[in-house]
Amino acid sequence: MFYREAGDYKKTYAEDTQTFPIKLDRMGYYAILAIALIVIPVMLANDVGGGANYWANAILLPFLIWAIASIGLNVLVGYCGQLSLGSGGFMAVGAYASYKLMTSFPDLNIVFVVILSGIVTALVGIMFGLPSLRIKGFYLAVATLAAQFFLVWMFNKVPWFYNYSASGQISSPTRTIFGFEVTGATATPEARYLFCLALLIALAWVAHNLTRGRIGRSWMAIRDMDIAAEIIGVAPLRTKLSAFGVSSFFVGIAGALFFSVYLGAVEVGEAFGIQKSFLLLFMIIIGGLGSIFGSIIGAAFMVLMPVLLKNIMVGQLGWATDIAAHFEFVIVGALIIIFLILEPHGIAQLWRLLKEKLRLWPFPH
Amino acid sequence: MNATAESYVTADGRTIGAPVMEMKNITLKFGGVTAISDISFDIREGEIRAIIGPNGAGKSSMLNVINGFYHPQEGEIWFHGEKRKPMKPYQIAQQGIARTFQNIALFKGMSTLDNIMTGRFTHMKTNMLMQAIWKGPAEREENLNREIVEHVIDFLEIQAIRKTPVGRLPYGLQKRVELGRALAAQPKLLLLDEPMAGMNVEEKEDMSRFILDVNDEFGTTIALIEHDMGVVMDISDRVVVLDYGKKIGDGTPDEVRNNQDVIDAYLGVAHD
Repeated sequence: MFYREAGDYKKTYAEDTQTFPIKLDRMGYYAILAIALIVIPVMLANDVGGGANYWANAILLPFLIWAIASIGLNVLVGYCGQLSLGSGGFMAVGAYASYKLMTSFPDLNIVFVVILSGIVTALVGIMFGLPSLRIKGFYLAVATLAAQFFLVWMFNKVPWFYNYSASGQISSPTRTIFGFEVTGATATPEARYLFCLALLIALAWVAHNLTRGRIGRSWMAIRDMDIAAEIIGVAPLRTKLSAFGVSSFFVGIAGALFFSVYLGAVEVGEAFGIQKSFLLLFMIIIGGLGSIFGSIIGAAFMVLMPVLLKNIMVGQLGWATDIAAHFEFVIVGALIIIFLILEPHGIAQLWRLLKEKLRLWPFPH
Repeated sequence: MNATAESYVTADGRTIGAPVMEMKNITLKFGGVTAISDISFDIREGEIRAIIGPNGAGKSSMLNVINGFYHPQEGEIWFHGEKRKPMKPYQIAQQGIARTFQNIALFKGMSTLDNIMTGRFTHMKTNMLMQAIWKGPAEREENLNREIVEHVIDFLEIQAIRKTPVGRLPYGLQKRVELGRALAAQPKLLLLDEPMAGMNVEEKEDMSRFILDVNDEFGTTIALIEHDMGVVMDISDRVVVLDYGKKIGDGTPDEVRNNQDVIDAYLGVAHD
């Protein structure tokens, strides 16, 4: 009854195309922003209820970082229709780029380190996107799989990338923003949380802008019908490569954060293996292809679900941890299958349907 | 009417200018099959030019040659007085040639508005950085182009389906949206591949009216392929007739109607 466009007259094209055309949506968005930006950091800083570190490490940081990565992959797969299984490898590029930048230029601010890592990854992504002009669909997925294995192998075998350390690991030095430590062992959970959150908000906004304008439409045109896209002037290779570039930029930033802010120390095969590529793909499929909101929700789903299941099975039911771990795989896998059968367009589509129903509520039509 | 004159005025008062596109001795082969053999014709500025012929005559191949999907083995294509080099379809689109397809080629995942906005692609220039920031040049450009698109939407009377995903629209409306996408590009030459295929009488009337209005109001040069002879003879200024990849007739609808080769091709004739 309150969720209506009626009476909310749009007088300009800008108002008509705004992100949240319904007032209630706008208010909800600002409320979520306020909670994320003020309430949660304050709770983390004061350690409300104890376990601020657990919350940050088990839920908040992985969620924020995976959300950035899944927005990135969604640009490529959901918007431009180019299937990629190389995201784990591209995250590794971001991580190692940030490591090399941090160790080579100790005075460089971490913000620039992260953004430069994204740019390096974008260049690598464009290079591996070149075959996309000739191969499509599953065949392209196999080609990007080569990127995944090659990149992980390269970071393992070339000692220059891990600064010739004996263990082959890379570990993140301490870096600060405005005097607050955001990386390294002593960084507080709230500082790390806010740093990742700020990047997620900025990048989600950028992704939204790119997808709603000229470039986003050219991506979707290539996705929906490449021949028709070509006859209205969209250059296929350049458009596909731009999607690869933007996508890898996001994924690279996520990789840099995953290493420097979240894990702190990384062994490439373990942290950026093929299972990470699949996890990311599940996130965008469950969340909804071709939707920024879907990417974020999908990341939340895939990060929260295992934690929730573990808490129920170990915490509530008192099962042994190893049995719970096995059941976790079974349940998450089953959920994915059920989801794909019931709603192939993901949570974002459920949300869209709910909103359509709400607009008419309490009437059915 | 003098066909060799630089320009002339039609009976309904439209000015037909000099040729904008000239096809000179085009031959197109697929392996051993000759789809088009040694065909020449021109399209004059401001006219509605129909290409007709029985199935497999090479009409669609001819459109595909014009907008660069196929590259002919022999022959020259002259556009606006210049010989055209072999180009990719998107480069030809940038030159101002738009088209619609026989079987609808809309972007199914996008709304009507987005589909037509995509038609503005070649007219939008902001780079990726401006697009990412959105506020400023990108938003301004978007709104300017939205205004042009809204004119097209008004013109085609599809205001009500602006925000509807095109996959949900009935066939006739999808055809209209596809025309809208081509029109949004404000093309110099508009190619229509069977714009009325599969339509009922009422939809055909609507579509004919839109084609005539586009030509009349915007002065757009149109080349179309159509099987409905009634429509073709009514709306086109000149007709070129193809059969088995050869040109068998070219002229005004009346000339073509009385051409013995054309009659033979359509009605069939005993070969001995």
